[in-house]
Formats: sequence, C-alpha cells, structure tokens
Amino acid sequence: MSQEKTAIQVTHLTKSFGQVKAIDSVSFAVQSGQIVGFLGPNGAGKSTTMRILCGLLEASSGEAKICGISVASHPAETKRRIGYMPERNPLPEDMRVIEYLRYRARLKEIPRKHIKPAVEEAMALCDLNRKASRRIIGTLSKGYRQRVGIADAVLGSPEIIIMDEPTIGLDPHQILGIRRLINTLRGKMTVMISSHILPEIEMCCDRVIIINHGRIVAHGSSASLRKSFLPKTTYRLAVKAASAEMESILTGMQETLSLVSHQDDIDGYRKYFVETSDDADIVEFLIAKLTERRCAIREIARLEPNLEDIFMAATKRSWDETHTPSIQPETSTADI
Amino acid sequence: MQLIAPATYIAATIFLVIMIFIYVLTLSDASKTLQTTLLSEQFYKGFSVPVLFIVPLLTMKSIAEERRLGTLESLMTTPASAFAVVLSKFLGAYTFYIALWAITLSFPYFVKSVLPADDMMVYLLNGRSMLGSLMFISISGTLYISIGIFTSCLTRSQLVAGMLSFLILFFVLMMSFFVIKLPIMNFNALSLVEEPLDYIRAFKHLEDFSRGMLDTRPFFLYLSTTLMFLGITTLVVEAKV
Repeated sequence: MSQEKTAIQVTHLTKSFGQVKAIDSVSFAVQSGQIVGFLGPNGAGKSTTMRILCGLLEASSGEAKICGISVASHPAETKRRIGYMPERNPLPEDMRVIEYLRYRARLKEIPRKHIKPAVEEAMALCDLNRKASRRIIGTLSKGYRQRVGIADAVLGSPEIIIMDEPTIGLDPHQILGIRRLINTLRGKMTVMISSHILPEIEMCCDRVIIINHGRIVAHGSSASLRKSFLPKTTYRLAVKAASAEMESILTGMQETLSLVSHQDDIDGYRKYFVETSDDADIVEFLIAKLTERRCAIREIARLEPNLEDIFMAATKRSWDETHTPSIQPETSTADI
Repeated sequence: MQLIAPATYIAATIFLVIMIFIYVLTLSDASKTLQTTLLSEQFYKGFSVPVLFIVPLLTMKSIAEERRLGTLESLMTTPASAFAVVLSKFLGAYTFYIALWAITLSFPYFVKSVLPADDMMVYLLNGRSMLGSLMFISISGTLYISIGIFTSCLTRSQLVAGMLSFLILFFVLMMSFFVIKLPIMNFNALSLVEEPLDYIRAFKHLEDFSRGMLDTRPFFLYLSTTLMFLGITTLVVEAKV
C-alpha cells in the first residue's frame, strides 16, 4: 500500500444548478489504498461530488483528478480506473447475475480472455459464486442485489471504488456482510463510501470527510476529528455520594472538571456525568478520591464520543458559521 | 439486452403475422386479376403497416427502460461514450429489424414448394425486385429505427416512447402522401413545396428500388437524417444522465 500516491485529488470543485450551489469550492485528497467515508446530511453534496468524480456530471469550476488524470479532460481514461456503485444500485431486472457481470466486464473493456476470471473473482469476493450466480437479478433479495452492485464496482480490480450508500436498506446481518466485504478491499483499492449509518463508517473507514451545505466541514481520522470537534471528555460515574460531596471531590482535583448532570438514585447509587476540558485520563484520580472519602463505586466509564457526535458537532458548527454573517467562511479544504 | 426482452419476440410475432397476412392478400389478389407489376413489388408496398408497429415495439424499451431503472447512470460510468451507447442500441434494434424483414424473403420459396406451376415462378420469384425492395427497407429502416431510439431517450415511460415513435413514424411515412393529396396544393405559392415533398416520399423510393432504379438521393436522405437523429439522441442522453 503506497501512502504517497494520491488516488483522488479534488481542487476547489464547484457545481451549480441554476442559482443553487450544490457544492462550493470543495477540495480534498485521498491517498491510494485508503478507505474513506464521505458523510453529510441529505442534500449536502455527497452524491454530486461522487458523480463529478465518476464523470457523470461536469463541474461548474474547479478540478477533479483520478490517479493524477483530469476527469474533465480525459473522462474515458478516468472511468477505466473507477468502479462506481450508484445510490439506488440500479440493476437490470431480467438478466442473470453472471450474464450481467460478463456484460459489465465487456463494457469496462476488460480483455476477452480475462473476462471469465475477472467475473469469477468479483463473484467470489462478494459471495455470489454459488447458486446466486445463475439467478435472475429481479428475484434477488436486497442484500444480494447490493452484493451484485459491489461485485460490479470491483469487477476488473479498478484502482478506485466509489460507493454511494452501499448499506442503505439492509438488515444488520447484511450490513455486517457488506462491512466484511469492504474490509477485504482495504489496501488493495482506494474506497470512497458515502453513508448515513455513521457507526458503519467509523468501523470501516480509515478517514472521514464531512460535507454540509456543499462545503467540507471536517476531515481526518475519527480520533483527530474527535480531538478537533469534541475535545472535552465525559465520564459516567455511579457512586454512593451526595451531589455536594461529589462537587467537593471534583473541586479538590487538579484537572478542570465540571459536573454536567446527575440522575436519581438507583439502589442508593447516584449517576453523575463529569466533563474534563481535555482528553486527560482521570479514572485513577477519581477512584483514589472516591475511595479516600469511602464512597462506594459501582461504575466509572470514559464515554468516547462516536462519529455521530462528531458529525452533529461538525454540521452544527458549519450551520452556525453559514448563518452568522460576522464570521468569515473558511475555504473548504481537506487534505487526507 | 434486445434478445432477452419479451417485447422483442412479441414484436417479431406481430410482424410475421402481419406480413403473412399481407402476403396472402397480395397473392389472392394476384390470382384473381391480371397484374402489371410483380408480386414482390405489390407485397412490399404494404411495408408501412408493419413498420408502424414493429419499430416502436423494438425501440421503445432501449433507453426509456435504462432511464427508468437508473441503469443508464451506471452505463455512463463505463469508458463507453454516450454515442457508443446510442449506436449500440441502434445497431441492436436495426439488426433485429433487418433479420425480420429477411424472413419475408422465404415467403415466395414457401409458396413455390406448395405450387407446382413453374410458369408462375417468374412472377413470384423475381430476385432483383425482391432485393431492390429489401434494399429500400434496409436504407429506410435506419431512419425509422433512429426515430424509435430518439423517442425512447425522451421519456422514462416505454409506453409514451412507443406512442411518440408511432406518431412520428406515421407523420414521416404518410405526410408527403397526404399533403400532396390536399386541395391546398392547387395554390401556386405552394407548388414550390411539391418537389421537396415528392423527394421525401418513402413509397416513391420503394417503387424505384423495386424496379431496380438505385438513386443516390434516398441514400443521402435516409443516412443523413439517421445520423441527425442519432446525434440528437446522444446529446439528450448526455444531458439526462
């Protein structure tokens, strides 16, 4: 896996539909072999960006490059390097899986003698190489249809796979299967996935790009985004201590702590939520202080903010920036 | 894709039923009265009837269905250009169209096998006339199929595409014929359009071809209009993805 090679390079990409800017000066780069999650609320510009990358739409301004080749200048060349799975995963209803994949292989200009092994490889990767390969696509379940879509995207081992909502409408078992499938592509291909299911992205992706109102609002790994958007750390405690006593314990500690909230007693234990100003680990301090005061402890847990919290914080910040005239909007740039 | 669509086989069946019916009628007429024209010339004169049905049936699904399902989008993510996609749709439908017309060449041979009278064979089996007629059908078919492909790219509904195709084909096939028959042609001012209208009359081209007159003007007319429709279709496909 070469970390130096840039697979996708987007520079100040803007797309307007009439007066409406679907994306506005979006810039980011994805290194070869990475799995990148592309997040954003509905209408944020995810699909527009992906469609421009795939050569389906022309950008109003800016440049998109696939493996260093301009999408606008050499669309056929860039299309050879991309496997794309559209949002609704459209498939012909009346073809068999194997027929469809062979047909797609011919369209993707895979040499005739390589078609059979390429189709078999894609079907094996997506677990379609048994009974499912002979089935009519129209009779397949949603999960298998998604597999066919992914098999089509990975067919011929393109350098970049772009998948728009690959897990939408799937049950938890099917999502797990798709996640495993995506994990098998790690290091072999550059994968860009858009999804609303944030835990999915967190588990699959090396990096995350968050887009809102057509602008990149956050980018980086989950850990770096956590640090950037939610620097505070929250702890959950279930202890036998009154609120006043708890406050006095926290005041006596070195870290800047604040008691955020508490819940009613359950079996004499009161639940507290304590927040630190940074990501300092205060578990040992808390245990020591509470033991010193002879307070019984049932639970002390460090609550890690998940991608959903980061997503909410990032989109909220961008919303605040967009709707506060005094704040100068920053250029949307992500360099991953 | 063309060969796995049920509409293709329905179209083929309808076509053959209509053509057999026309052939039997022509043969029946020929047996009753003295004929001044060859049987194949009379038979292929009825070409517009199957064209009006078969072309919409063969082409209505080609792009409309791809747009309805969204598969046009994934098709356009492959290195194939929009023109290549349109051209492949056109060639698929056109090849099937020609194959169906080629079947009609077997009708006289079938009749020959059941009719022992050899003196009738010159009238039944005139190779030059049959080939001339088929050549006209091949050349004019490019335009008709391209019209069908064009209407198919305008909508997501196969039915609407089929109806539009029927309407345009009806207009193309019958327009010059009807306009020339209209009383307005008696006005001097309109006499200027008489010649251009006569030039685009499909039935006149058929007559010429079946008599062995190979004029280059119909070739130019049909091929240029075919390219025009395929070009417009390509632009529409590019815009609608």
